[in-house]
Amino acid sequence: MIDTRRPIQTPEGVELGLRVAGPVARAYAWLIDLFIRIAIYIVLSLVFSILGNFGMGLFMIVVFLLEWFYPVFFELYQQGATPGKKSLGIKVVNDDGTEVTLQSSLIRNLLRGIDFLPFLYGFGLVTMLFNKDFKRLGDFAAGTIVVYQDRLGKAAEIIQEPPRTPPVALTATEQKAVIQFAERINLFTIQRCSELANILSTITKATNEQGVKRLVQYANWMMGRR
Amino acid sequence: MNQDSFTEKYQAKWQQFEQWLDSRDRNIPKARRPEFHDTIDIPHLYRQLCHHLSLAQSRNYSAHLIDYLNQLTLRGHQYLYQSRVNSMSGFLDFVFYEFPQLIRQRWRLFWISTILFYGPLIAVAAAIQHSPELVYSILPPEQVSEFRYMYDPEAEHIGRNRDSGDDFYMFGFYIYNNISVGFRTFAGGMLFGLGTIFFLVYNGLAIGAVAGHLIEIGYSTPFLSFVIGHGSFELTAIIIAGMAGLNLGRVLISPGQLSRIEALKRASKISMKMIYGVILMLVIAAFLEAFWSSKGAISPDTKYTVGAVLWSFIAVYFLFAGRRRAT
Repeated sequence: MIDTRRPIQTPEGVELGLRVAGPVARAYAWLIDLFIRIAIYIVLSLVFSILGNFGMGLFMIVVFLLEWFYPVFFELYQQGATPGKKSLGIKVVNDDGTEVTLQSSLIRNLLRGIDFLPFLYGFGLVTMLFNKDFKRLGDFAAGTIVVYQDRLGKAAEIIQEPPRTPPVALTATEQKAVIQFAERINLFTIQRCSELANILSTITKATNEQGVKRLVQYANWMMGRR
Repeated sequence: MNQDSFTEKYQAKWQQFEQWLDSRDRNIPKARRPEFHDTIDIPHLYRQLCHHLSLAQSRNYSAHLIDYLNQLTLRGHQYLYQSRVNSMSGFLDFVFYEFPQLIRQRWRLFWISTILFYGPLIAVAAAIQHSPELVYSILPPEQVSEFRYMYDPEAEHIGRNRDSGDDFYMFGFYIYNNISVGFRTFAGGMLFGLGTIFFLVYNGLAIGAVAGHLIEIGYSTPFLSFVIGHGSFELTAIIIAGMAGLNLGRVLISPGQLSRIEALKRASKISMKMIYGVILMLVIAAFLEAFWSSKGAISPDTKYTVGAVLWSFIAVYFLFAGRRRAT
């Protein structure tokens, strides 16, 4: 199954899920960061050029710091996300889900040069496509992953209907499917809902809109509304 | 228990925990951050939350509820288990104990790295004394004449012609160039050590060619008096960057009892410590090179003396510092 959910075990023994970010989102984030750095260089080179050679020396120090430590700074002080990553809603965390540390951030960013080889993150991309966590080489060495910073949507309310007991006993997964269907009926057209509900017409003994309504009633029963 | 009554029963606790997290979340602007004054047992509340998450998962409650609890628990996990270290005393500990201890501990890597760098350097420099034209098969002719011009004993300032602004320019250049070379030498270790070996040998050859050529044409005094001071820190730092890279390459080739990835993770932590030292040493080297080595007014004898002191310092530091206390 194609799944980007990565389970992590906490010391309390529960399993948390992180959604790992793929190469496309990360490439966009990298491009945004690149443009930001280029903009900074253009502005600074104009300002520092007034100061002559002293300014050029300063400029080179700034270029050095930004090229190597720009991501490190943001990963440490902005909860794992450079401005580019932030705008894509992704961030860097340690393998165990905790916030990235100075050491792991430095390792993953100093090894960037190897991922960049032979050109434009060739090695990094190939490595990312060969493991399910989309890690580049630097991520392996540092023990980090890039994940989506989940924003919760509004809870989908299940429409109130008189609860009805399903005519057959449903397994836990089946119940979950029915509940999720009931939560999402507002996202689909009525035609699509009917189409889906008709698959279960042998159980609901109804078709089309009537079938949809039955399923919502079952969902109400499963949610414990009596 | 069904989902609705489960939510109803515990929602207040979840909201309390969420508020506590929000009050400490640096992502939320200070003005909008809620204040939290209640004295509550956070660890207990967090464990309860973990418990609720597992219950919700095993009872197949709706995806939204599980997502909500998952996210809340994740935030709690990230906040409660983040590492809070790094202080000035950690830095001093590193400089006076940990770093020299680490280099001594990995003495094999040190010697391998040293041979890979100084071997080609000395070999090329010696070979050029016999057949001077060899320099042109390593460096392009323009670069050779540039070096010849720079170290010409007839020039008013030996090394490079410059004022204080120029000094700072060169300082910036050395920081940018040398530390980047150090980082690349380290990163090359990810290619099973081959990248590191390449950078060590390549730099050894290039420096050897310049040194051999300048000595052969009789510019040895301006050249050697220029490089002896900062060379102590700079060349040793490149050796250590090589150690850091070889350390990665070694575990990638032969990870021992561990999986390759686990071995790599552990080795990179060690290598990173070496790199902290490399950065420090290269900053010192850039400082010396820009503001001391380049001063033509200082006599070569003084520079040799200071150079000898700096080299002895490096030797004494790595041989003896941090021997008294085990960390």
